[in-house]
Amino acid sequence: MPIQYYIYFCLALFSLGIIGVLTRRNAIIVFMCIELMLNAVNLLLVAFSKMHHAAALQAAPQTTAGIEGQLFVFFIMVVAAAEVSVGLAIIVMMYRNTHSIDINFLNRLKN
Amino acid sequence: MNLLDSLFYFLSALAIFSAIMVLVSKNPVHSVLWLITVFFAISGHYVLLNAQFLAIVNLIVYAGAIMVLFLFVIMLMNLNAEAEPRKNLWLKLFGILSGGSFLMVLVSLVRQTAELTGKTAQLKDGNIGLIKNLGKALFSDFVVPFEISSVLFLSAMVGAVVIGKKD
Amino acid sequence: MNSYLLWIPLLPLLGFLLNGLGRNHLSKNATATIGAGMVFLSFVLSGFAFGQMLALSHADPGANHTQVFYPFDLLRIPAFTIPFALRVDHLTVLFLLIITGIGFLIHLYSAAYMKEETPPHFARFFAYLNLFVFSMLVLVMGDNFVIMFFGWEGVGLCSYLLIGFWFKNTAYNAAAKKAFVMNRIGDLGFLLAIFWLLMKLGSVNYGDVFGQLGTQLTPTDITAVTLLLFVGAMGKSAQIPLYTWLPDAMAGPTPVSALIHAATMVTAGIYMIARSNVLYSLAPLTQTIVAITGLATALFAATIALRQNDIKKVLAYSTVSQLGYMFLGLGVGAYTGAVFHVMTHAFFKALLFLGAGSVIHAMHHEQDILKMGNLRKYMPITHITFLLACLAIAGIPPFSGFFSKDEILVAAYLANPLYYYLGVAGALMTAFYMFRLYSLTFRGDFRGTKEQAHHLHESPVPMTIPLVVLAILSVVGGFIGIPAVFAADAHWLEHFLAPVFRRGAAHVSEGAHHLSHSQELIMMGVVTLLILLVIVFSVRKYSTYTAGEENPSGLARVLYNKWYVDELYQSLFVQPLHQLGGFFKNFTEPKIIDGAVNGIGKLVSYGSRQIRLVQSGQVGSYLLIMILAIVVFFLVWFNDLHLQRFFQKYF
Repeated sequence: MPIQYYIYFCLALFSLGIIGVLTRRNAIIVFMCIELMLNAVNLLLVAFSKMHHAAALQAAPQTTAGIEGQLFVFFIMVVAAAEVSVGLAIIVMMYRNTHSIDINFLNRLKN
Repeated sequence: MNLLDSLFYFLSALAIFSAIMVLVSKNPVHSVLWLITVFFAISGHYVLLNAQFLAIVNLIVYAGAIMVLFLFVIMLMNLNAEAEPRKNLWLKLFGILSGGSFLMVLVSLVRQTAELTGKTAQLKDGNIGLIKNLGKALFSDFVVPFEISSVLFLSAMVGAVVIGKKD
Repeated sequence: MNSYLLWIPLLPLLGFLLNGLGRNHLSKNATATIGAGMVFLSFVLSGFAFGQMLALSHADPGANHTQVFYPFDLLRIPAFTIPFALRVDHLTVLFLLIITGIGFLIHLYSAAYMKEETPPHFARFFAYLNLFVFSMLVLVMGDNFVIMFFGWEGVGLCSYLLIGFWFKNTAYNAAAKKAFVMNRIGDLGFLLAIFWLLMKLGSVNYGDVFGQLGTQLTPTDITAVTLLLFVGAMGKSAQIPLYTWLPDAMAGPTPVSALIHAATMVTAGIYMIARSNVLYSLAPLTQTIVAITGLATALFAATIALRQNDIKKVLAYSTVSQLGYMFLGLGVGAYTGAVFHVMTHAFFKALLFLGAGSVIHAMHHEQDILKMGNLRKYMPITHITFLLACLAIAGIPPFSGFFSKDEILVAAYLANPLYYYLGVAGALMTAFYMFRLYSLTFRGDFRGTKEQAHHLHESPVPMTIPLVVLAILSVVGGFIGIPAVFAADAHWLEHFLAPVFRRGAAHVSEGAHHLSHSQELIMMGVVTLLILLVIVFSVRKYSTYTAGEENPSGLARVLYNKWYVDELYQSLFVQPLHQLGGFFKNFTEPKIIDGAVNGIGKLVSYGSRQIRLVQSGQVGSYLLIMILAIVVFFLVWFNDLHLQRFFQKYF
């Protein structure tokens, strides 16, 4: 499968994530869109990993070239899981204080 | 068009459609469910790329743990449809336009890039995505980041408890 | 150059510093001693220099004995170098003697005249006078036009300070400002001439300028430079149209009028042109202009002097008139005659002013001659010396004024007989107004108040000594320039100054015809007779003057109002400038300048208020801007070549 297809697909997912972040005000939806963007990047990393592996395989059959990409995805998932736990804790905290999860209420950091 | 290609197109279309549904759903619970669909589609892509370990981890961590956490929070807050205030229409349009232009710019970039022509991602074959090879790499070359990630989890857990605690 | 010559200008400078810095601590006696003493020492040194020059001239007549002192460069840039150089030659040494000699006498006189001032002001006065003497010495000793310009500005400054010496009087301050501004107008011409010379020659040294005439200066250059220099001379030496400051300058203390505005500073213009005689001789157009301006000024000022009633104003217009004669002499190439007249004029005009000061002193600062009269009874020394000075200025032989004026008039006759007849008319007017002044002041009946009459007294000795000395000089001073008519080869001054004027005079004498001795004698006799007649008429008319007799009308009224020149200048230059200034003040300043400055401030504060709205605290808008920035970044980054081509094409 040509790598461009994966890139287009992931870009589309990523842009949808951006549009979601820009257009929605619900903090949880915004958070979910961020997860969507992370996943788009993950998929692209795996696709590139396989692309490099395919290129290296022709030279050496036993190579593990490209495995770093997949390990990177693994670590991204780790970080994402930690981030979600903390982020949701913050949203819960915010809801408890303001009884709203509108991100525009977050601007009270401004003053 | 062989089976693999058809699968790729199907999964991509499913993922994009579900992602759009995530954005347009009024009810946050529906959004979460559509997002889970997206994650399933992406896991399908992983399988297609023969990254079996990541496919399973994606399902367990994202679709399983994280999304359940989201659902849990939403239900905890008792958020329903129309709970979200209306956003300015102009801002929405602007957001869509900027996201679209972002997409357009990057797509046109990729189309111009000569380095990418003729490169293909290996489907179905290749064994670096197998749990055996990943495990080897993870516990030999990447053992330190792996251990550090456990510390990260611990601190995230402590942080979540401290933040969420009623004071 | 002998090092003692350097002390001639340095001693007055030292006196200025001592008096100026110590004015709150020195007693009046100490101040006067320092002030007059420094100038006296300077005079002694000048005398030495003169003696030396005389000896050299005797040993080697006609040769150039210039001594130059060149310690350092004032300005050194690739295009040109301006050295700090002083020179002493025949012309300089003569001026040194006049400046320091008369300067000393006037310092002596001032010590008594200014006695009523408090010590700090007394010291300030002497400090200014010393600074003036220093500047004047620098002016005549400079070896290039820039040093001369330094002295030129220095004397202008001192003139300003001394005219406005009694600075509490607003009218005096206005007079000082007027003198300063008028001089600035002339100085602009001088400066432009210096720049022109620098541009064309790359040097303003006298040696370089006068030595390279044929090679590097075209006739146009020479005419332009000489005209510009003459503009400078017009300002400093009070010629039409820049003369109006000099009568107003009489606001200063009388010794100042005598020293600066009669004897020395105002002759700086004569000195400059005499110094540049080589240039002027090559510019016939300029010479004609100089001669006509001088003659016009001489006549014009003389007519005004006919009807003035302020004793100092009469003398001031007389000074302007005599300066006009000097310029007439310069214009017709009689450089020696002009310098000769500078010298004799310095004697008798200083004497007249000092005499007037003595009268004013006695009359308790009354200056209106209509309120004087019969002062000869009370002030014999002043009376005699004043009479001698009047005879000298009127041109009665054998007093000094006769010789110098005659020399100028003869030269004028050779150039153009019309100059001569007009010059004689001016001389007759001079005789008339001087003896009108004399008669109203010293003859007839006293017309002042009883109290003034009671206090009339002869001035103290320090004031009469300078009068006597100057009177002697006024009487005998003319004998250094006896014309060839009376004794062949007896014109000592001409021989003495020959090295300086030889080149300039050479151009003039070419083709000039000489008067026969008999013709010259007849002219002298007729003129002298006419002058005597005028004097007798004037004395008879005004000796019997009684108060309230004069009621000017017609031409007399115009003359009394000085031809309304001040009013003309007022409406022609001063008012439009005031209006222009008002326009700038009321429109340009608040609207354009302030508008621009405040506008920038307002723009910035408005802009920042608008930009601050971007910092809304809304996460969404931050993200939006971030995304747009990324888009723009990518567009720019991957299209840099196109953009470069675009910008190169249009900018």
